Amino acid sequence: MSRLEILKTYKIYIGGQFPRTESGRFYSPLDKKGKPLGNICLSSRKDVRNAIVAARKAFGSWSERAAFNRGQILYRIAEMLEGRKEQFIAELIQQGSTKKNAEEEVNLSIERTVYYAGWCDKYQQVLSSVNPVASSHFNFSVLEPTGVVGILAPQNTSLIGLVSIMLPVICGGNTCVVIASENLPLCAVTFAEVLNSSDVPGGVVNILTGTNKELNETLSTHMDVNAIVYGGDDLEALKQIQENSVLNVKRVFSYSKDWNKADSQDLYMISDTQEIKTTWHPIENIGGSSSSY
Amino acid sequence: MKNKLVKKEIIHPDNIYSPSIDKVGVEERVARFQSRSIKNESKLQGLKIALNMIDLTTLEGKDTPGKVKQMCYKALHLHDVHPNLPSVAAVCVYPSMVRIAKNEVKGTGVKVASVSTAFPSGQAPLDVKIRDTQFALDEGADEIDMVISRGKFLSGEYNFVFDEIAKIKETCGKARLKVILETGELATLDNVRKASDIAIYAGADFIKTSTGKIQPAATMQVTYTMLMAVKDYYDKTGIMIGMKPAGGISTSKLALHNLVMVKEILGNAWLTNEWFRFGASSLANDILMQIMKMETGVYQSSDYFSID
Repeated sequence: MSRLEILKTYKIYIGGQFPRTESGRFYSPLDKKGKPLGNICLSSRKDVRNAIVAARKAFGSWSERAAFNRGQILYRIAEMLEGRKEQFIAELIQQGSTKKNAEEEVNLSIERTVYYAGWCDKYQQVLSSVNPVASSHFNFSVLEPTGVVGILAPQNTSLIGLVSIMLPVICGGNTCVVIASENLPLCAVTFAEVLNSSDVPGGVVNILTGTNKELNETLSTHMDVNAIVYGGDDLEALKQIQENSVLNVKRVFSYSKDWNKADSQDLYMISDTQEIKTTWHPIENIGGSSSSY
Repeated sequence: MKNKLVKKEIIHPDNIYSPSIDKVGVEERVARFQSRSIKNESKLQGLKIALNMIDLTTLEGKDTPGKVKQMCYKALHLHDVHPNLPSVAAVCVYPSMVRIAKNEVKGTGVKVASVSTAFPSGQAPLDVKIRDTQFALDEGADEIDMVISRGKFLSGEYNFVFDEIAKIKETCGKARLKVILETGELATLDNVRKASDIAIYAGADFIKTSTGKIQPAATMQVTYTMLMAVKDYYDKTGIMIGMKPAGGISTSKLALHNLVMVKEILGNAWLTNEWFRFGASSLANDILMQIMKMETGVYQSSDYFSID
């Protein structure tokens, strides 16, 4: 007896839930042979708003979580990715990758996750500083997460681009709203399922599918977004985002790297979405041998 | 309003007829209020009306004169970036904070409401409740929010509850009396209706859902049931009673749904802060953010609004 295959409903990910888009709309990106990949949620500005509300709500507890625990949670993402490797490979092939490239992309995604998991409880030590000052103060600078970060994932990859651009943001204690690649959205939705089954609290990462053109505007004008990380290559769109970001002085970062390269990952992607807090702590002695530090 | 002059007929609580409530029916009707789409001009108008109906509230053990002053300042300066915003209707505080609040809002039209009668539990003897109320009035309260004795109500001592409300009403004199039913403790909609009727017949000027200390508080179902009691009383006597849902209404959307419900059940006459109030603390900011969103076109952040 032939079996009717059950097709997956690709949904968006907001606040740890998998709703359909509030608008009820969908689009059907095509694979290389012109066959539809599936019916994908065409998110609206209200979905963006809801996702930002969820991200803001999750920010407090995520940013205050012990750094080591954040590392454990990121490592757990890698474990879950490993367990669903076959599914990601199949989806990448469906979206036009060769089997070899797909395998490499998934393996690299897992390794990159472990890389940033490791940084969680180390970037602070490396990047913070004790500063020499000419008064009776102990002066030190530490990093604090920027807040809610809007992420526009790279368009030309389905998994590795998303993972590479999103992990340094949450590694540093930010929460985020990610707009997935428009034409290669399958892995983003499956990755949301991975996040949901690891220990990442709901709202820390929110993933929407749809057209950048429509969602950029809402994301970059929203007063409750503190930074935008842009992974696309449309300079016009980037210009628009930068202009909109003036409203509440969002930080805007744009990356164009070949994410499939093993070294397209570094500490400074973490520090981009960090703020530096400098404290002047009064002490009796300025320094020298009698100093207490 | 001429309605205020109508002398209420005294009815013995045993003779108050409270119809039983069809819960499923209530839920269906309430769901329909929530499916209305209110946009653009009417939304902006609705938001401003809702803002003007808020009793800005702080009722915590940790309240200090500073906190109360700050809240009163907020009541008068909701969002100074935006001119032409209405103020809230009143500030709502504990009796010990009434004088401080009164000094802050003097001459502005914003009223001072005080909770009383051993709020929030109401577990005190009548003479203490009367003194509590008298104290708030002496300090300058314009409105009194009393709680009913839920324990007595649930044991069926309706006369006790009725008499208590009547006594406090007597103490209030000209000050308007809001009677808090604490519906979260009344268990059924039948009880909510019964308590509403007792409060109305005993002299309440306003009936109010909750203290804000118990969940669930002002659900649409409960507010609907109480509005129907107000409507039935008005149809029978021609006397208007006010309604105040309090607790749990923290979003503009929910506030607008409540306004839709009031309009459709009671009509336009109730769409003023004379007859309808929201007891809330965080609702004001959400409405302000919505208003700013409509006027600037961009979604807002609480970073740019005053702290509740």
